[in-house]
Amino acid sequence: MIRSELLTKYYGSVRAVGGVSFSVGAGEVAALLGPNGAGKSTVMRLLTGYVSPTAGRALVGDVDVAERPVTARRQIGYLPEQVSLYPEFTVRRYLGFVGEVKGLARRRRRAAIGRVIEQCGLGEVADRHNGTLSKGYRQRVGLAQALLGDPAVLVLDEPTVGLDPVQAVEMRELIRTLAGCTVLLSTHNLTEASALCSRVIILSHGSLVAADTAAELGRRLEGAGRLVVRIDGPPDAVAQGLSALPGVLGIERGEPDGQAGVRFVVLASNPEPVQRRLAAMAVAAGWTLLEVQVKPPTLEDLFVRLVGSEP
Amino acid sequence: MRSFVALFRKELRSYFGSPPFYFVATAFLAYAGYYFHSDLIYFITFGFGLNIMENFWQILFVDLRLVLIFAVPLLTMRLLAEERRLGTLELLLTYPLRDGAIVAAKLGACLVVVATLLAGTLVYPLLVYHVEPFAFEPLFAAYLGLLLFAGVCASYGLFISSLTDSQVLAGFLTALPLLLLWLLSWNEAAAASGTLPVVRAISLFNHFQPFSVGVIDLRDVFYFLYATGLFVWATLRVLEARQWRGRR
Repeated sequence: MIRSELLTKYYGSVRAVGGVSFSVGAGEVAALLGPNGAGKSTVMRLLTGYVSPTAGRALVGDVDVAERPVTARRQIGYLPEQVSLYPEFTVRRYLGFVGEVKGLARRRRRAAIGRVIEQCGLGEVADRHNGTLSKGYRQRVGLAQALLGDPAVLVLDEPTVGLDPVQAVEMRELIRTLAGCTVLLSTHNLTEASALCSRVIILSHGSLVAADTAAELGRRLEGAGRLVVRIDGPPDAVAQGLSALPGVLGIERGEPDGQAGVRFVVLASNPEPVQRRLAAMAVAAGWTLLEVQVKPPTLEDLFVRLVGSEP
Repeated sequence: MRSFVALFRKELRSYFGSPPFYFVATAFLAYAGYYFHSDLIYFITFGFGLNIMENFWQILFVDLRLVLIFAVPLLTMRLLAEERRLGTLELLLTYPLRDGAIVAAKLGACLVVVATLLAGTLVYPLLVYHVEPFAFEPLFAAYLGLLLFAGVCASYGLFISSLTDSQVLAGFLTALPLLLLWLLSWNEAAAASGTLPVVRAISLFNHFQPFSVGVIDLRDVFYFLYATGLFVWATLRVLEARQWRGRR
């Protein structure tokens, strides 16, 4: 349903994305992951026709977005990262305007507005002005306008960013109800990506690092594991020592939690020998090894392994 | 077409639903009324019995043109600057609308508003006709001229509004050059002798003169349409700049 073929975008001499190819099948929910500046928003803007590619092409269905932007946009519902609404409009009137711009006839428009208001839980604020809504409701209105016209593809740029935990959970639940729609959502939140998406696309510095189903990407980490360790020793020296151990792919240092020692999460290609080396290192350095647990790898581990930094 | 109409109606609603429009309309009609009154007194005192078109209506339409110089920037300053400030432009540009339709809807709505303001001045010819009947036809030319003149000012204002997210700056940068051109149109001593012919050739005000006496010269019509088209084209290029600027 969505296809990106060697998608490249330069802003002046700055390369925002280069040679990015991936596809998302009809009905799939895909996550676009990457650290800040990875090119996620640029890919989304290319897919919505907001900007045209310098090279390559983006297709929605069989429609080349750059060649026939208006036709392509009829199939796309877009929620930008910053949801900006006309403050003087009530929610219902705003959705009416968007429905009309999307070409919905009066009767169909009225039915569609009623549907998205119900779907997005906007009933109690439908006659309030956009300017008076909370961030959570504004985000819902943003999603509602994207859903108007039953687009085949939904492009959601950071749909939960800036929301409080309760609002974020509600938004995730809302996205989960969009069965049958092809969804591409960008996020920093790997838990969110694991929970919502069947396909994961990872970008770093404007290039594609991985694009596959979550299950297939998980298989790439077969044999790998996470060691949760607690060591009583000088934190910086421990971190340095852990990073230098053969077989360690990455480490994450925990915040002080009032307990003895410092907690580290160590991603290892093969946890068992790393566990032995770690114990030997602690003994040799005179540190106390308080805790060691082996856990299966997560999407976060894969991200760290592929991108080499935090999302 | 439905998308264009939707945006056009939204723009009209934004104008007629906002208090600043009524402030502009009140000020416009107050100044227009003042000029009507003072020009009529002048005509009655010094020109009664002479040609009413040249000795009264021409003076009034030239004065109305000046009022438009102040009114149009106040109407155009929000058109794209406000969309930029709110951040709604990005979403608008991802709807099934061409950039041209967005520009046309905004400019079209602004011209409808200007036409509405000008319609408020139609009461003056009706009042004068009631006292002393005269030929109406030349006035159509004058109103056409005012609309064409407003078209250039509005398209220029729209272009300036596309460059910034500050409405105040957009209004200021629209009004200032128009005012400067107006000053040069009646105070030619202010321009260097070498640049005067150029100023005359491009001046909106000189091209309006024939309309104000009831003459429609196709060269002037073409000039106004060309100038409007030029600023529409420039606005479209600014919207296109997102392709290389990477931001709204």
